[in-house]
Amino acid sequence: MEIPYTVSARPDTGLYNAKIGIWLFLASEVMLFGGLFSAYVFLRIGAQPGYWPHGLLNVPVGTFNTAVLIASSVTVVLAWASLKMRQFAQYKIWMGITILCGLLFLIVKLTYEWPAKFHHFGVFIKKEALAKYEPYLGNNYLEAKGLPERVEITGDVEDEAALKDDTAKTYVFKAIDAVNAEPINPESDRPTFLPRPLVEKKVVIDKADVDYASMFYPRHSAYFSAYFLITGLHGLHVLGGLIVFTYFWLPVGANLYKRNPEHLANRIEVAGLFWHFVDLVWIFVFPLFYLL
Amino acid sequence: METSTAIHSHDPHGPHGHGGHEEHHALGFWRTYVFSTDHKMIGIQYGITGLCFLFFGFCLMMVMRWQLAYPGQALPFIGKLLANVVRNDGMNAGGVPGVMTADFYNSLGAMHGTIMVFLGIVPVAFAAFGNYVVPLQIGAPDMTFPKINMASFHSFWVGGLIMLVSFFCPTGPAKSGWTSYSPLADLADQSTNVIFNGQTLWILGMVFLITSSLLGAVNFVTTIIQLRAPGMTWMRMPFFCWVQLITAFILLLAFPPLEAASFMQLMDRVFGTSFFLPHGVTLNSHLVNVAGGGSPLLWQHLFWFLAHPEVYVLILPGLGIIAEVLTNNTRRPMWGYKAAVFAALGIGFLSFIVWAHHMYLTGMGAAVSTFFQTTTILISVPSVIILTCLLLSLWGGSIRFTVPMLFATAFLPEFGIGGLTGIPLAFNSTDLYLHDTYYIIAHFHYIVAPGTIFAIFAGVYYWYPKASGRMMNEFWGKVHFWGTMVCMNIVFFPMFLQGMAGMHRRGFDGGATYDLNKPVIHWNTTISHAAWTMGAFQLIFIFNFFWSMKFGKKVGNNPWNSTTLEWSAPSPPPHGNFLEPVAIYRGPYEYSVPGHPVDFIPQCDPQGPRTDAGAHGH
Repeated sequence: MEIPYTVSARPDTGLYNAKIGIWLFLASEVMLFGGLFSAYVFLRIGAQPGYWPHGLLNVPVGTFNTAVLIASSVTVVLAWASLKMRQFAQYKIWMGITILCGLLFLIVKLTYEWPAKFHHFGVFIKKEALAKYEPYLGNNYLEAKGLPERVEITGDVEDEAALKDDTAKTYVFKAIDAVNAEPINPESDRPTFLPRPLVEKKVVIDKADVDYASMFYPRHSAYFSAYFLITGLHGLHVLGGLIVFTYFWLPVGANLYKRNPEHLANRIEVAGLFWHFVDLVWIFVFPLFYLL
Repeated sequence: METSTAIHSHDPHGPHGHGGHEEHHALGFWRTYVFSTDHKMIGIQYGITGLCFLFFGFCLMMVMRWQLAYPGQALPFIGKLLANVVRNDGMNAGGVPGVMTADFYNSLGAMHGTIMVFLGIVPVAFAAFGNYVVPLQIGAPDMTFPKINMASFHSFWVGGLIMLVSFFCPTGPAKSGWTSYSPLADLADQSTNVIFNGQTLWILGMVFLITSSLLGAVNFVTTIIQLRAPGMTWMRMPFFCWVQLITAFILLLAFPPLEAASFMQLMDRVFGTSFFLPHGVTLNSHLVNVAGGGSPLLWQHLFWFLAHPEVYVLILPGLGIIAEVLTNNTRRPMWGYKAAVFAALGIGFLSFIVWAHHMYLTGMGAAVSTFFQTTTILISVPSVIILTCLLLSLWGGSIRFTVPMLFATAFLPEFGIGGLTGIPLAFNSTDLYLHDTYYIIAHFHYIVAPGTIFAIFAGVYYWYPKASGRMMNEFWGKVHFWGTMVCMNIVFFPMFLQGMAGMHRRGFDGGATYDLNKPVIHWNTTISHAAWTMGAFQLIFIFNFFWSMKFGKKVGNNPWNSTTLEWSAPSPPPHGNFLEPVAIYRGPYEYSVPGHPVDFIPQCDPQGPRTDAGAHGH
């Protein structure tokens, strides 16, 4: 028994089965990421002043990853087009480049971006103690300029292991972010494209003055919760796409090509549609988290 | 007459069926019964697993009913056994075996809801009947993606297994209601193992169930779009296929936001994030050490964004089954087929913009409430259209009261009660009073219990001969029907009275704490006894179901003299379904066509008038 229209299109719909299947799947994916993005909007609108951080992500790195992902979307189309023209050797090259781009994206994310966050520390100062840390927050200056107040001090701690020590009475920074080092420098008013280097400065913060403190883990804030969940899920999608691409780049693809080249072309088209979707999600992630 | 008998008289072992049969036999036990890619076997797998879960969910409720009727007393017969099995001394309150703790009562309630909705009704009404019947009714050899179909079932039972395993967690299964509202669900059982606790396993189970629905939904929609047999135009599709198509779309688009919400709750529970926890949330009067900045309302929005469309996932397949059974047994075409199809499409669309009528009490604001109140009233219009079409189909029919028809006719008024009692809940002024009372329980159970579950029974009795080649016993079927019907109403009708008197739905002592419940609290025992009696009547069904497999009356391919395509295939249909290519010539319900020698013309019979559904004047 054979299922009709697995390779050729059904005349009245003009589509083969998998193409309808993938569009339906993508519709459901839109709702999945739609749910997450609407959660982002909901949380951001409801955030108390100062509790939605800005400028904590590395914009040049994000831009680089965006470019890598867009490039891979182009090469995957070229891979599909090569199959349609029955040029298998070219398909292998373009698909190889696509896979490399996807890998590069993940490597940057997992070996550079996320770990850098995991070693960054932030403390949210209690409302009543904000004045005490005025040299690092600059709230009088901000108020005069009509800018939202700052409640968080971020930077590198002296001893990460000491954070687990419940008996300690203080948090000790060895270096703090430029925003906190020069809070009344107009350059600190808005996030910058190039990340500003940390300033070596020992800052001691009394635990009694702290509302909440955490490394830049998901638990740090609603912002990082959303950031890690959405980029993590997006990363899993990239990984899924890569597994499918690699599967068809290996001899499996060559064997299918020999049996029925159109079938392989269809599969790459469908996988490519998924890849474009993953790319599109990143196009939303990048401005929402890095720029806005 | 000749043509119709010619279609029925194919011998399943005849020359045409040869190829299909050989393939079927060559597969061996594992590929045939466990890792099957055949839509019929997957339908049966879903059906039997789902029916088991339905019964299990019902058992949980029967235990709860003891606590409501006789609060604080030891459960007789099985109380001692449960005291040993249930973790965390749930059935050993105060050291007395068989007495339930409030915690365990909450668990039972949460798991009853979860199991009935996600592991019982959706798998049976949508996945089982849809898988078995839809490809047959549209003339397809199988689903478009048979392997994905198999993956869907296997993802389903893994999800179910996780839910069952959660009963053996040290602190018992999820206990924050089937809605898993935050911050309650975020913080429940956080003191024990971070993964192996009821609420976290509930989330993991849901992720598998959502995946299963997604795979099934993609398959259903693609199959109905791509694999309709030649001549099966949209307006010639049986109503059942239409509602399955719409249901699949609802599942496809409504479930993912809950998946997103589940991921967030998982993060909250495992990684200490605070998606749903606001600043300053306290637990047992201690400040919880989280960043805060989250919103409990966010969970409710995302949850109900699924869970309201889910209500239509529960009822639409039921309406489809009723339409098939009703037209077949009134021997006349469905009244207003086209209107019903468009009404079902309307429901599918509107179901996405009514969700917040579950949240009137949260104080979302008057403007939001007004919007959702309006859409909620709007959606009753297409629902009433469909029910009216079904009701008017009875008019002037020559009704045969077969067992499936008994369930189908009972469905109409019962669903009507469920629907009409929903109207006071749609208006937020009346809802504020009725919210979270037994009135709500009665209202939605009238929709899903004597509603959808009756439709499921109708479907089982109706399609059983197709799947097995044998009839279920009619006498015991009727006993099952009358017993279930009477008990069902004794169970749910008094709950309206209790609810209107203000009895809260989650009281673990059956409302004894509050004086205002005094006038209605005596109903608790009546309801409980009716529920247990109804349980006994289900044993008749279970026995009948298995007994008939071996000893039921053998029947031909079309025992109900039906018009739709599944009855033109052999019983049971072989792998690949049809013995020869089928073509469709007319609408699905050509019963009692004037001038025709028999009172039904199958859709694939080349003789006779060629019409679309709803295009006839009789």
